[in-house]
Amino acid sequence: MSADLSKTAVGPVEGVSLYDVDNPAPLIDPPRKRTKRSPKSARGNFELAAWLFMRLSGVVLVVLVIGHLLIQLVLDGGVSKIGFAFVAGRWASPFWQVWDLLMLWLAMLHGANGLRTVINDYAERPSTRLWLKGLLYTATVFTILLGTLVIFTFDPNIR
Amino acid sequence: MATPTMEKTAAKTDVSPYITVTFRVRRFNPELSDEAQWQDFQIEIDPKERVLDGLHKIKWDVDGSLTFRRSCAHGICGSDAMRINGKNRLACKTLIKDINPEKPITVEPIKGMTVLKDLVVDMEPFFQAYRDVMPFLITSGNEPTRERLQSAEDRERFDDTTKCILCAACTSSCPVFWNDGQYFGPAAIVNAHRFIFDSRDEAAEQRLEILNDKDGVWRCRTTFNCTDACPRGIEVTKAIAEVKRALITRRY
Repeated sequence: MSADLSKTAVGPVEGVSLYDVDNPAPLIDPPRKRTKRSPKSARGNFELAAWLFMRLSGVVLVVLVIGHLLIQLVLDGGVSKIGFAFVAGRWASPFWQVWDLLMLWLAMLHGANGLRTVINDYAERPSTRLWLKGLLYTATVFTILLGTLVIFTFDPNIR
Repeated sequence: MATPTMEKTAAKTDVSPYITVTFRVRRFNPELSDEAQWQDFQIEIDPKERVLDGLHKIKWDVDGSLTFRRSCAHGICGSDAMRINGKNRLACKTLIKDINPEKPITVEPIKGMTVLKDLVVDMEPFFQAYRDVMPFLITSGNEPTRERLQSAEDRERFDDTTKCILCAACTSSCPVFWNDGQYFGPAAIVNAHRFIFDSRDEAAEQRLEILNDKDGVWRCRTTFNCTDACPRGIEVTKAIAEVKRALITRRY
């Protein structure tokens, strides 16, 4: 009947169920059931904007990332040509600076938003969600800021 | 069976159409145990009969304590949605021969809702989401003294979503709903779609605003589980996508 009969220190009499008509087993509630505490509604256009951003940034990223991979890994000698001089030469041109900046921002926000939805879907306890999202947002902001700083303040003559 | 044409195939009719099928039913009774368990029933059944007939045989002849919902038994009332061989279906529309009777047929309650007993679940969260989208005609101004007329094209616009029987097969097949009961679920969105695109209704804006919620249409991950599960063949994911598109074109 019940698997945890043996675990209780003072077990009930053998053969007698823990539960009966007057004392039924507790029903398992569905995950995050609507209670009085769950917010009435969280309207606003944020989710709409996030959804749209995922689609649009995805389309742009296909061009940016495939172009990036082709240039870095395939064309003109492949991966062996990459070095400090190669990066310095590329970032001398504002076009590649904008390309890389755009790729950094879109890829980071796209990935972060994707992970945000994964956390929303799968993390059940509010504290788990809070911590995971905190970690995610910190990492995202840090990477974006650091990357942007490097792209704008890159010094080819650094010693 | 005494039709004249049957005499020619008399040898054939001697063969019983009945086969032995194992029904593996997920049983839960809170008055006995806090755990659900599988129970096998062997029954003789014609493979042209339905899973619901098998459940009836079990309930009437083998174990009267088997509990499940059914009302019309003809695929209209939407009471007997259950998970048969791992897929959400209506027991009254699933023929035994279509789901490989060689192997045991598993029958479970639909997922994501509280099981009350055996195959009966608490449908309240499902109907709460349904009520939230205001599934009724809302108009302003004086009531007409006759029918509210509508062109055939306007009727066609939302024809697909009028077919919903609220069986919850779609909502309880949705992985987002399994993980997060806050999500409105496909069925509520389908029934909102039915009024949003109705030319006679005037509250499309309000309904769209409700579905623009954090737990509204934007939680849909387009897995198409709902479209696969729908016993009425409603293109559920398409309806959800149309609501999304309506929200976007309304904003931008």
